[in-house]
Amino acid sequence: MNAFIAIVRRDLLLAARRKSEVFTALFFFMIVVSLFPLGIGPETAMLRRIAPGVLWVAALLAAMLSLNRLFAADHQDGTLEQMSLSPTPLAVLVSGKVLAHWLTSGLPLVLLAPVIGLQFDLSARALGVLMISLLLGTPVLSLIGAIGAALTLGVRGGGVLLSLLVLPLYIPALIFGAGAVEADVAGLGAGGHLSLLGALLALGVFFAPWAATAALRIALE
Amino acid sequence: MSQRLVNWFKFASPASFYPLAGKMWPWFAALGTVLAAVGLWISFFVAPTDFQQGEGYRIIFIHVPASWMSMFIYCVMAFWAAIGITFNTRLSGMMSSALAPTGALFAFLSLWTGALWGKPMWGAWWVWDARLTSELILFFLYIGYIALTAAIDDPRRADKAGAIVALVGVVNVPIIYFSVKWWNTLHQGASVSMTKAPTMAATMLWGMLIMALAFWMYSIAIALYRVRAIILERERHTTWVAELPEMQR
Amino acid sequence: MNWGSASEFFAMGGYGLYVWGSFGVTAAALLIEVGLVRHRLAAVRRGLRRELAADRDTQD
Repeated sequence: MNAFIAIVRRDLLLAARRKSEVFTALFFFMIVVSLFPLGIGPETAMLRRIAPGVLWVAALLAAMLSLNRLFAADHQDGTLEQMSLSPTPLAVLVSGKVLAHWLTSGLPLVLLAPVIGLQFDLSARALGVLMISLLLGTPVLSLIGAIGAALTLGVRGGGVLLSLLVLPLYIPALIFGAGAVEADVAGLGAGGHLSLLGALLALGVFFAPWAATAALRIALE
Repeated sequence: MSQRLVNWFKFASPASFYPLAGKMWPWFAALGTVLAAVGLWISFFVAPTDFQQGEGYRIIFIHVPASWMSMFIYCVMAFWAAIGITFNTRLSGMMSSALAPTGALFAFLSLWTGALWGKPMWGAWWVWDARLTSELILFFLYIGYIALTAAIDDPRRADKAGAIVALVGVVNVPIIYFSVKWWNTLHQGASVSMTKAPTMAATMLWGMLIMALAFWMYSIAIALYRVRAIILERERHTTWVAELPEMQR
Repeated sequence: MNWGSASEFFAMGGYGLYVWGSFGVTAAALLIEVGLVRHRLAAVRRGLRRELAADRDTQD
Protein backbone atom coordinates (compact mmCIF):
# COMPACT_ATOMS: atom_id res chain seq x y z
CA MET A 1 0.00 0.00 0.00
CA ASN A 2 2.85 2.36 0.83
CA ALA A 3 4.41 1.69 -2.53
CA PHE A 4 1.06 2.41 -4.18
CA ILE A 5 0.78 5.81 -2.48
CA ALA A 6 4.42 6.56 -3.20
CA ILE A 7 3.91 5.89 -6.91
CA VAL A 8 0.80 8.05 -7.06
CA ARG A 9 2.58 10.87 -5.26
CA ARG A 10 5.64 10.58 -7.49
CA ASP A 11 3.61 10.67 -10.71
CA LEU A 12 1.56 13.61 -9.47
CA LEU A 13 4.76 15.46 -8.63
CA LEU A 14 6.12 14.75 -12.09
CA ALA A 15 2.88 15.98 -13.64
CA ALA A 16 3.01 19.14 -11.51
CA ARG A 17 6.46 19.84 -12.93
CA ARG A 18 5.15 19.49 -16.44
CA LYS A 19 1.90 21.35 -16.08
CA SER A 20 1.73 22.23 -19.75
CA GLU A 21 0.92 18.60 -20.66
CA VAL A 22 -2.10 18.55 -18.38
CA PHE A 23 -3.30 21.87 -19.73
CA THR A 24 -2.76 20.86 -23.34
CA ALA A 25 -5.18 17.97 -22.91
CA LEU A 26 -7.69 20.24 -21.20
CA PHE A 27 -7.56 22.87 -23.92
CA PHE A 28 -7.79 20.16 -26.54
CA PHE A 29 -11.00 19.00 -24.87
CA MET A 30 -12.38 22.54 -24.84
CA ILE A 31 -11.48 23.23 -28.46
CA VAL A 32 -12.92 19.98 -29.78
CA VAL A 33 -16.17 20.56 -27.94
CA SER A 34 -16.38 24.16 -29.19
CA LEU A 35 -15.88 23.03 -32.79
CA PHE A 36 -19.17 21.15 -32.87
CA PRO A 37 -21.55 24.13 -32.57
CA LEU A 38 -19.46 25.85 -35.25
CA GLY A 39 -19.77 22.85 -37.52
CA ILE A 40 -23.40 22.03 -36.88
CA GLY A 41 -25.04 25.36 -36.10
CA PRO A 42 -26.16 27.16 -32.98
CA GLU A 43 -29.77 25.96 -32.56
CA THR A 44 -30.16 25.31 -28.85
CA ALA A 45 -32.49 22.34 -29.19
CA MET A 46 -30.03 20.55 -31.43
CA LEU A 47 -27.06 21.43 -29.23
CA ARG A 48 -28.83 20.13 -26.16
CA ARG A 49 -29.42 16.84 -27.95
CA ILE A 50 -25.86 16.31 -29.12
CA ALA A 51 -24.14 17.68 -26.00
CA PRO A 52 -23.70 14.39 -24.07
CA GLY A 53 -22.28 12.57 -27.08
CA VAL A 54 -19.99 15.41 -28.06
CA LEU A 55 -18.65 15.89 -24.56
CA TRP A 56 -18.05 12.20 -24.16
CA VAL A 57 -16.33 11.75 -27.50
CA ALA A 58 -14.12 14.74 -26.73
CA ALA A 59 -13.31 13.20 -23.35
CA LEU A 60 -12.28 9.94 -25.06
CA LEU A 61 -9.98 11.78 -27.43
CA ALA A 62 -8.49 13.93 -24.67
CA ALA A 63 -7.81 10.83 -22.59
CA MET A 64 -6.06 9.27 -25.61
CA LEU A 65 -3.71 12.24 -25.87
CA SER A 66 -2.01 11.67 -22.55
CA LEU A 67 -2.01 7.85 -22.68
CA ASN A 68 1.17 7.75 -24.77
CA ARG A 69 3.13 9.18 -21.91
CA LEU A 70 1.72 6.88 -19.25
CA PHE A 71 4.67 4.48 -19.34
CA ALA A 72 6.95 5.95 -22.01
CA ALA A 73 9.17 8.15 -19.81
CA ASP A 74 9.61 5.44 -17.17
CA HIS A 75 10.41 2.96 -19.89
CA GLN A 76 13.07 5.18 -21.40
CA ASP A 77 15.01 5.95 -18.23
CA GLY A 78 14.79 2.38 -16.94
CA THR A 79 12.51 3.16 -13.98
CA LEU A 80 9.99 0.65 -15.27
CA GLU A 81 12.58 -2.11 -15.21
CA GLN A 82 13.39 -1.23 -11.61
CA MET A 83 9.71 -1.34 -10.75
CA SER A 84 9.30 -4.80 -12.28
CA LEU A 85 12.16 -6.04 -10.06
CA SER A 86 10.86 -4.43 -6.88
CA PRO A 87 9.29 -6.63 -4.16
CA THR A 88 5.92 -4.92 -4.61
CA PRO A 89 3.83 -6.65 -7.31
CA LEU A 90 4.06 -4.74 -10.56
CA ALA A 91 0.26 -4.72 -10.84
CA VAL A 92 0.04 -2.56 -7.70
CA LEU A 93 2.51 -0.07 -9.12
CA VAL A 94 0.66 -0.04 -12.43
CA SER A 95 -2.59 0.67 -10.58
CA GLY A 96 -0.87 3.58 -8.88
CA LYS A 97 0.27 4.97 -12.22
CA VAL A 98 -3.24 4.59 -13.63
CA LEU A 99 -4.74 6.41 -10.66
CA ALA A 100 -2.23 9.23 -11.08
CA HIS A 101 -3.06 9.38 -14.78
CA TRP A 102 -6.74 9.68 -13.99
CA LEU A 103 -6.12 12.38 -11.39
CA THR A 104 -4.20 14.45 -13.92
CA SER A 105 -6.23 13.78 -17.06
CA GLY A 106 -9.68 12.46 -16.09
CA LEU A 107 -10.53 14.46 -13.02
CA PRO A 108 -9.85 17.87 -14.63
CA LEU A 109 -12.27 16.90 -17.41
CA VAL A 110 -14.92 16.00 -14.85
CA LEU A 111 -14.52 19.39 -13.22
CA LEU A 112 -14.41 21.27 -16.51
CA ALA A 113 -17.35 19.46 -18.13
CA PRO A 114 -20.16 21.45 -16.45
CA VAL A 115 -18.64 24.72 -17.60
CA ILE A 116 -18.37 23.44 -21.14
CA GLY A 117 -21.85 21.94 -20.85
CA LEU A 118 -23.23 25.44 -20.34
CA GLN A 119 -22.22 26.22 -23.92
CA PHE A 120 -24.71 23.55 -24.92
CA ASP A 121 -27.49 24.88 -22.77
CA LEU A 122 -27.76 21.79 -20.58
CA SER A 123 -29.94 22.05 -17.49
CA ALA A 124 -28.32 21.96 -14.05
CA ARG A 125 -29.70 18.46 -13.50
CA ALA A 126 -28.27 17.17 -16.78
CA LEU A 127 -24.94 18.76 -15.91
CA GLY A 128 -24.96 16.90 -12.61
CA VAL A 129 -25.64 13.59 -14.36
CA LEU A 130 -22.93 14.41 -16.88
CA MET A 131 -20.45 14.96 -14.08
CA ILE A 132 -21.37 11.71 -12.36
CA SER A 133 -21.15 9.79 -15.62
CA LEU A 134 -17.71 11.28 -16.34
CA LEU A 135 -16.64 10.62 -12.78
CA LEU A 136 -17.49 6.94 -13.20
CA GLY A 137 -16.41 6.68 -16.81
CA THR A 138 -13.08 8.47 -17.09
CA PRO A 139 -11.34 6.01 -14.72
CA VAL A 140 -12.46 3.24 -17.09
CA LEU A 141 -10.78 5.15 -19.92
CA SER A 142 -7.53 5.37 -17.95
CA LEU A 143 -7.70 1.69 -17.01
CA ILE A 144 -8.38 0.35 -20.50
CA GLY A 145 -5.97 2.88 -21.94
CA ALA A 146 -3.21 1.56 -19.69
CA ILE A 147 -3.45 -1.83 -21.41
CA GLY A 148 -3.09 -0.18 -24.81
CA ALA A 149 -0.27 2.05 -23.61
CA ALA A 150 1.61 -0.95 -22.23
CA LEU A 151 1.11 -2.94 -25.43
CA THR A 152 2.34 -0.16 -27.71
CA LEU A 153 5.33 0.70 -25.53
CA GLY A 154 8.35 1.21 -27.76
CA VAL A 155 6.46 0.10 -30.86
CA ARG A 156 6.84 2.22 -33.96
CA GLY A 157 3.78 4.25 -34.84
CA GLY A 158 2.68 3.76 -31.23
CA GLY A 159 0.37 6.75 -31.00
CA VAL A 160 -1.95 5.93 -33.86
CA LEU A 161 -1.79 2.25 -33.04
CA LEU A 162 -2.81 3.00 -29.48
CA SER A 163 -5.97 4.76 -30.63
CA LEU A 164 -6.75 1.91 -33.02
CA LEU A 165 -6.49 -0.60 -30.19
CA VAL A 166 -8.17 1.36 -27.46
CA LEU A 167 -11.00 3.31 -29.08
CA PRO A 168 -13.12 0.23 -29.94
CA LEU A 169 -12.81 -0.88 -26.33
CA TYR A 170 -14.02 2.54 -25.16
CA ILE A 171 -17.36 2.12 -26.90
CA PRO A 172 -19.28 0.64 -23.93
CA ALA A 173 -18.12 3.48 -21.67
CA LEU A 174 -19.14 5.99 -24.33
CA ILE A 175 -22.57 4.42 -24.78
CA PHE A 176 -23.41 4.21 -21.09
CA GLY A 177 -21.82 7.56 -20.26
CA ALA A 178 -23.49 9.61 -22.96
CA GLY A 179 -26.63 7.48 -22.63
CA ALA A 180 -26.97 8.36 -18.94
CA VAL A 181 -27.29 12.07 -19.74
CA GLU A 182 -29.61 11.45 -22.67
CA ALA A 183 -31.83 9.17 -20.60
CA ASP A 184 -32.00 11.78 -17.90
CA VAL A 185 -32.88 14.53 -20.37
CA ALA A 186 -35.57 12.26 -21.84
CA GLY A 187 -36.96 11.73 -18.34
CA LEU A 188 -36.14 8.01 -18.22
CA GLY A 189 -33.79 8.22 -15.27
CA ALA A 190 -30.06 7.73 -15.49
CA GLY A 191 -29.81 5.07 -12.78
CA GLY A 192 -29.53 2.06 -15.10
CA HIS A 193 -26.82 3.61 -17.22
CA LEU A 194 -24.85 4.83 -14.24
CA SER A 195 -24.93 1.47 -12.49
CA LEU A 196 -23.75 -0.26 -15.68
CA LEU A 197 -20.96 2.29 -15.91
CA GLY A 198 -20.12 1.48 -12.31
CA ALA A 199 -20.04 -2.21 -13.20
CA LEU A 200 -17.63 -1.46 -16.04
CA LEU A 201 -15.45 0.46 -13.61
CA ALA A 202 -15.44 -2.45 -11.15
CA LEU A 203 -14.50 -4.90 -13.93
CA GLY A 204 -11.79 -2.54 -15.13
CA VAL A 205 -10.30 -2.07 -11.66
CA PHE A 206 -10.03 -5.83 -11.27
CA PHE A 207 -8.74 -6.88 -14.67
CA ALA A 208 -7.08 -3.94 -16.41
CA PRO A 209 -4.02 -3.55 -14.13
CA TRP A 210 -3.42 -7.26 -14.43
CA ALA A 211 -3.59 -7.20 -18.25
CA ALA A 212 -1.48 -4.03 -18.40
CA THR A 213 1.12 -5.69 -16.20
CA ALA A 214 1.26 -8.72 -18.47
CA ALA A 215 1.69 -6.39 -21.45
CA LEU A 216 4.44 -4.44 -19.68
CA ARG A 217 6.35 -7.63 -18.92
CA ILE A 218 6.35 -8.42 -22.63
CA ALA A 219 7.72 -4.97 -23.44
CA LEU A 220 10.42 -5.35 -20.78
CA GLU A 221 11.66 -8.76 -21.88
CA MET B 1 -2.95 -38.88 -19.25
CA SER B 2 0.59 -37.56 -19.28
CA GLN B 3 1.33 -39.81 -22.24
CA ARG B 4 -1.44 -38.15 -24.25
CA LEU B 5 -0.32 -34.70 -23.25
CA VAL B 6 3.16 -35.45 -24.47
CA ASN B 7 1.77 -36.60 -27.79
CA TRP B 8 -0.17 -33.40 -28.21
CA PHE B 9 2.76 -31.25 -27.36
CA LYS B 10 4.85 -33.03 -29.94
CA PHE B 11 2.76 -31.32 -32.62
CA ALA B 12 3.14 -28.00 -30.85
CA SER B 13 6.66 -27.76 -32.23
CA PRO B 14 6.73 -25.94 -35.56
CA ALA B 15 9.10 -28.54 -37.01
CA SER B 16 6.56 -31.34 -36.68
CA PHE B 17 3.51 -29.21 -37.32
CA TYR B 18 4.79 -27.91 -40.65
CA PRO B 19 4.53 -31.27 -42.47
CA LEU B 20 1.35 -32.16 -40.58
CA ALA B 21 -0.32 -28.93 -41.71
CA GLY B 22 0.88 -29.66 -45.22
CA LYS B 23 -0.84 -33.04 -45.11
CA MET B 24 -4.04 -31.72 -43.54
CA TRP B 25 -4.92 -28.61 -45.48
CA PRO B 26 -5.82 -30.29 -48.80
CA TRP B 27 -8.42 -32.43 -47.01
CA PHE B 28 -10.07 -29.45 -45.41
CA ALA B 29 -9.92 -27.56 -48.69
CA ALA B 30 -11.57 -30.48 -50.52
CA LEU B 31 -14.23 -30.82 -47.83
CA GLY B 32 -14.85 -27.09 -47.97
CA THR B 33 -15.24 -27.15 -51.74
CA VAL B 34 -17.75 -30.01 -51.63
CA LEU B 35 -19.73 -28.35 -48.85
CA ALA B 36 -19.70 -25.02 -50.68
CA ALA B 37 -21.01 -26.73 -53.82
CA VAL B 38 -23.83 -28.37 -51.85
CA GLY B 39 -24.53 -25.14 -49.98
CA LEU B 40 -24.67 -23.07 -53.16
CA TRP B 41 -26.92 -25.62 -54.78
CA ILE B 42 -29.31 -25.44 -51.83
CA SER B 43 -29.18 -21.66 -51.71
CA PHE B 44 -30.01 -21.20 -55.38
CA PHE B 45 -31.98 -24.27 -56.46
CA VAL B 46 -33.56 -25.94 -53.43
CA ALA B 47 -34.52 -23.01 -51.24
CA PRO B 48 -37.79 -21.56 -52.51
CA THR B 49 -38.35 -17.89 -53.32
CA ASP B 50 -39.26 -15.95 -50.21
CA PHE B 51 -42.76 -14.52 -50.50
CA GLN B 52 -41.82 -11.27 -48.79
CA GLN B 53 -38.26 -10.62 -49.84
CA GLY B 54 -38.26 -12.29 -53.25
CA GLU B 55 -34.90 -13.58 -54.44
CA GLY B 56 -32.95 -10.94 -52.55
CA TYR B 57 -33.03 -12.94 -49.35
CA ARG B 58 -30.57 -15.46 -50.86
CA ILE B 59 -27.81 -13.12 -49.68
CA ILE B 60 -28.33 -14.37 -46.13
CA PHE B 61 -26.88 -17.72 -47.23
CA ILE B 62 -23.48 -16.07 -47.12
CA HIS B 63 -24.20 -13.10 -44.89
CA VAL B 64 -25.16 -15.10 -41.81
CA PRO B 65 -22.42 -17.76 -42.14
CA ALA B 66 -19.81 -15.03 -42.72
CA SER B 67 -20.93 -13.24 -39.55
CA TRP B 68 -20.83 -16.49 -37.59
CA MET B 69 -17.36 -17.27 -38.86
CA SER B 70 -16.02 -13.81 -38.05
CA MET B 71 -17.13 -14.20 -34.43
CA PHE B 72 -16.06 -17.83 -34.20
CA ILE B 73 -12.59 -17.13 -35.59
CA TYR B 74 -12.11 -14.38 -33.03
CA CYS B 75 -12.94 -16.88 -30.28
CA VAL B 76 -10.52 -19.43 -31.77
CA MET B 77 -7.84 -16.74 -31.91
CA ALA B 78 -8.44 -15.97 -28.25
CA PHE B 79 -8.29 -19.69 -27.49
CA TRP B 80 -4.86 -19.98 -29.11
CA ALA B 81 -3.82 -16.81 -27.32
CA ALA B 82 -4.77 -18.34 -23.97
CA ILE B 83 -2.90 -21.54 -24.82
CA GLY B 84 0.11 -19.51 -25.87
CA ILE B 85 0.14 -17.54 -22.63
CA THR B 86 -0.34 -20.55 -20.34
CA PHE B 87 1.94 -23.09 -22.03
CA ASN B 88 4.29 -20.65 -23.75
CA THR B 89 4.11 -22.58 -27.03
CA ARG B 90 5.43 -20.90 -30.14
CA LEU B 91 2.91 -22.49 -32.45
CA SER B 92 -0.16 -20.95 -30.79
CA GLY B 93 0.96 -17.43 -31.57
CA MET B 94 1.56 -18.44 -35.16
CA MET B 95 -1.94 -19.95 -35.33
CA SER B 96 -3.46 -16.73 -33.99
CA SER B 97 -1.70 -14.60 -36.55
CA ALA B 98 -2.61 -17.09 -39.28
CA LEU B 99 -6.29 -16.81 -38.36
CA ALA B 100 -6.55 -13.05 -37.98
CA PRO B 101 -6.59 -12.02 -41.66
CA THR B 102 -9.25 -14.62 -42.46
CA GLY B 103 -11.35 -13.46 -39.53
CA ALA B 104 -11.05 -9.86 -40.63
CA LEU B 105 -11.99 -10.89 -44.15
CA PHE B 106 -15.15 -12.62 -42.93
CA ALA B 107 -16.04 -9.60 -40.81
CA PHE B 108 -15.63 -7.44 -43.90
CA LEU B 109 -17.71 -9.82 -46.01
CA SER B 110 -20.40 -9.82 -43.37
CA LEU B 111 -20.55 -6.02 -43.51
CA TRP B 112 -20.44 -5.97 -47.30
CA THR B 113 -23.18 -8.53 -47.78
CA GLY B 114 -25.14 -6.90 -44.97
CA ALA B 115 -25.08 -3.63 -46.87
CA LEU B 116 -26.14 -5.34 -50.09
CA TRP B 117 -28.93 -7.11 -48.24
CA GLY B 118 -29.99 -3.99 -46.38
CA LYS B 119 -30.28 -1.76 -49.44
CA PRO B 120 -33.22 -3.60 -51.07
CA MET B 121 -34.77 -4.74 -47.77
CA TRP B 122 -34.43 -1.67 -45.55
CA GLY B 123 -33.82 0.91 -48.27
CA ALA B 124 -30.42 1.88 -46.86
CA TRP B 125 -26.89 0.57 -47.29
CA TRP B 126 -26.19 0.98 -43.64
CA VAL B 127 -28.48 0.86 -40.65
CA TRP B 128 -27.24 1.37 -37.09
CA ASP B 129 -28.64 -1.98 -36.11
CA ALA B 130 -27.13 -3.62 -33.04
CA ARG B 131 -25.72 -6.57 -34.96
CA LEU B 132 -24.28 -4.58 -37.83
CA THR B 133 -22.69 -2.13 -35.41
CA SER B 134 -21.18 -4.92 -33.32
CA GLU B 135 -19.85 -6.54 -36.47
CA LEU B 136 -18.21 -3.24 -37.43
CA ILE B 137 -16.58 -3.02 -34.01
CA LEU B 138 -15.41 -6.63 -34.34
CA PHE B 139 -13.83 -5.65 -37.64
CA PHE B 140 -12.02 -2.80 -35.84
CA LEU B 141 -10.79 -5.26 -33.21
CA TYR B 142 -9.34 -7.49 -35.92
CA ILE B 143 -7.64 -4.51 -37.53
CA GLY B 144 -6.18 -3.50 -34.17
CA TYR B 145 -4.78 -6.99 -33.66
CA ILE B 146 -3.28 -7.13 -37.14
CA ALA B 147 -1.84 -3.61 -36.91
CA LEU B 148 -0.24 -4.27 -33.53
CA THR B 149 1.34 -7.60 -34.48
CA ALA B 150 2.58 -6.08 -37.75
CA ALA B 151 4.18 -3.13 -35.96
CA ILE B 152 6.30 -5.26 -33.62
CA ASP B 153 9.42 -6.61 -35.29
CA ASP B 154 10.29 -9.39 -32.86
CA PRO B 155 7.81 -12.17 -33.71
CA ARG B 156 7.78 -13.65 -30.21
CA ARG B 157 6.96 -10.29 -28.69
CA ALA B 158 4.38 -9.64 -31.40
CA ASP B 159 2.70 -12.96 -30.59
CA LYS B 160 2.52 -12.24 -26.89
CA ALA B 161 1.25 -8.70 -27.34
CA GLY B 162 -1.29 -9.99 -29.86
CA ALA B 163 -2.38 -12.66 -27.40
CA ILE B 164 -3.18 -10.02 -24.81
CA VAL B 165 -5.11 -7.96 -27.35
CA ALA B 166 -7.09 -11.01 -28.43
CA LEU B 167 -7.94 -11.96 -24.84
CA VAL B 168 -8.87 -8.41 -23.84
CA GLY B 169 -10.97 -8.24 -27.00
CA VAL B 170 -12.78 -11.49 -26.39
CA VAL B 171 -13.70 -10.38 -22.88
CA ASN B 172 -14.98 -7.12 -24.32
CA VAL B 173 -16.96 -8.48 -27.25
CA PRO B 174 -19.99 -9.52 -25.13
CA ILE B 175 -19.85 -6.22 -23.23
CA ILE B 176 -19.70 -4.29 -26.50
CA TYR B 177 -22.54 -6.31 -27.99
CA PHE B 178 -24.67 -5.77 -24.90
CA SER B 179 -23.93 -2.04 -24.77
CA VAL B 180 -24.68 -1.59 -28.46
CA LYS B 181 -27.95 -3.45 -28.03
CA TRP B 182 -28.83 -1.26 -25.09
CA TRP B 183 -27.95 1.84 -27.09
CA ASN B 184 -30.07 0.55 -29.96
CA THR B 185 -33.17 0.04 -27.83
CA LEU B 186 -32.77 3.50 -26.30
CA HIS B 187 -32.69 5.09 -29.74
CA GLN B 188 -35.73 3.52 -31.30
CA GLY B 189 -35.23 4.64 -34.83
CA ALA B 190 -34.75 2.57 -37.94
CA SER B 191 -34.65 -0.66 -36.01
CA VAL B 192 -35.72 -3.34 -38.42
CA SER B 193 -34.12 -6.39 -36.95
CA MET B 194 -33.34 -9.60 -38.71
CA THR B 195 -35.04 -11.60 -36.00
CA LYS B 196 -38.30 -10.21 -37.32
CA ALA B 197 -37.59 -11.76 -40.70
CA PRO B 198 -40.19 -14.34 -41.66
CA THR B 199 -39.86 -17.60 -39.81
CA MET B 200 -37.08 -19.54 -41.31
CA ALA B 201 -37.94 -22.55 -43.41
CA ALA B 202 -36.01 -25.74 -42.74
CA THR B 203 -34.30 -25.66 -46.14
CA MET B 204 -33.08 -22.12 -45.44
CA LEU B 205 -31.61 -23.22 -42.15
CA TRP B 206 -29.91 -26.18 -43.81
CA GLY B 207 -28.50 -23.98 -46.51
CA MET B 208 -27.08 -21.59 -43.96
CA LEU B 209 -25.63 -24.39 -41.84
CA ILE B 210 -23.94 -26.05 -44.79
CA MET B 211 -22.53 -22.76 -46.02
CA ALA B 212 -21.27 -22.08 -42.51
CA LEU B 213 -19.57 -25.49 -42.48
CA ALA B 214 -18.03 -24.75 -45.87
CA PHE B 215 -16.65 -21.44 -44.57
CA TRP B 216 -15.40 -23.24 -41.50
CA MET B 217 -13.50 -25.81 -43.53
CA TYR B 218 -12.17 -23.05 -45.76
CA SER B 219 -10.92 -21.15 -42.71
CA ILE B 220 -9.14 -24.21 -41.32
CA ALA B 221 -7.56 -24.93 -44.69
CA ILE B 222 -6.39 -21.38 -45.30
CA ALA B 223 -5.14 -20.99 -41.72
CA LEU B 224 -3.09 -24.19 -42.00
CA TYR B 225 -1.79 -23.04 -45.34
CA ARG B 226 -0.85 -19.64 -44.01
CA VAL B 227 0.70 -21.03 -40.86
CA ARG B 228 3.11 -23.00 -43.05
CA ALA B 229 4.33 -19.75 -44.60
CA ILE B 230 4.60 -18.17 -41.15
CA ILE B 231 6.56 -21.15 -39.78
CA LEU B 232 9.04 -20.96 -42.65
CA GLU B 233 9.43 -17.20 -42.28
CA ARG B 234 10.17 -17.48 -38.60
CA GLU B 235 12.25 -20.65 -38.59
CA ARG B 236 14.33 -19.83 -41.63
CA HIS B 237 17.65 -20.20 -39.86
CA THR B 238 16.99 -23.61 -38.31
CA THR B 239 18.47 -26.86 -39.54
CA TRP B 240 15.13 -28.64 -39.91
CA VAL B 241 14.03 -26.07 -42.47
CA ALA B 242 17.28 -26.51 -44.37
CA GLU B 243 16.71 -30.27 -44.40
CA LEU B 244 13.16 -30.09 -45.78
CA PRO B 245 12.76 -32.06 -49.03
CA GLU B 246 11.35 -29.04 -50.88
CA MET B 247 14.49 -27.06 -50.06
CA GLN B 248 16.85 -29.56 -51.70
CA ARG B 249 17.33 -28.22 -55.15
CA MET C 1 -36.55 -25.88 -59.63
CA ASN C 2 -36.84 -22.14 -59.19
CA TRP C 3 -35.60 -20.90 -62.52
CA GLY C 4 -37.14 -21.14 -65.95
CA SER C 5 -34.09 -19.95 -67.83
CA ALA C 6 -30.52 -18.83 -67.36
CA SER C 7 -31.41 -15.16 -67.75
CA GLU C 8 -34.05 -15.50 -65.06
CA PHE C 9 -31.39 -17.05 -62.86
CA PHE C 10 -29.02 -14.14 -63.39
CA ALA C 11 -31.74 -11.54 -62.91
CA MET C 12 -32.62 -12.95 -59.45
CA GLY C 13 -36.08 -11.47 -59.60
CA GLY C 14 -34.70 -7.95 -59.91
CA TYR C 15 -32.19 -8.39 -57.10
CA GLY C 16 -29.39 -9.52 -59.41
CA LEU C 17 -27.03 -6.69 -58.56
CA TYR C 18 -27.33 -7.30 -54.83
CA VAL C 19 -27.26 -11.09 -54.90
CA TRP C 20 -24.39 -11.39 -57.37
CA GLY C 21 -22.62 -8.47 -55.72
CA SER C 22 -22.62 -10.46 -52.49
CA PHE C 23 -21.77 -13.90 -53.84
CA GLY C 24 -19.32 -12.54 -56.39
CA VAL C 25 -17.37 -10.40 -53.94
CA THR C 26 -17.27 -13.24 -51.43
CA ALA C 27 -15.93 -15.68 -54.02
CA ALA C 28 -13.43 -13.12 -55.30
CA ALA C 29 -12.25 -12.25 -51.79
CA LEU C 30 -11.68 -15.89 -50.87
CA LEU C 31 -9.86 -16.57 -54.15
CA ILE C 32 -7.67 -13.50 -53.69
CA GLU C 33 -6.87 -14.60 -50.16
CA VAL C 34 -5.81 -18.04 -51.40
CA GLY C 35 -3.69 -16.39 -54.09
CA LEU C 36 -1.98 -14.08 -51.61
CA VAL C 37 -1.15 -16.92 -49.23
CA ARG C 38 0.18 -19.06 -52.10
CA HIS C 39 2.33 -16.16 -53.17
CA ARG C 40 3.57 -15.65 -49.62
CA LEU C 41 4.53 -19.31 -49.19
CA ALA C 42 6.19 -19.43 -52.59
CA ALA C 43 8.15 -16.26 -51.85
CA VAL C 44 9.45 -17.62 -48.54
CA ARG C 45 10.47 -20.88 -50.18
CA ARG C 46 12.19 -19.12 -53.04
CA GLY C 47 14.13 -16.90 -50.66
CA LEU C 48 15.11 -19.82 -48.46
CA ARG C 49 16.27 -21.92 -51.39
CA ARG C 50 18.41 -19.06 -52.60
CA GLU C 51 19.93 -18.60 -49.15
CA LEU C 52 20.66 -22.30 -48.82
CA ALA C 53 22.20 -22.45 -52.26
CA ALA C 54 24.41 -19.48 -51.41
CA ASP C 55 25.45 -21.22 -48.19
CA ARG C 56 26.38 -24.39 -50.07
CA ASP C 57 28.39 -22.41 -52.59
CA THR C 58 30.42 -20.72 -49.89
CA GLN C 59 31.05 -24.03 -48.15
CA ASP C 60 32.29 -25.78 -51.28
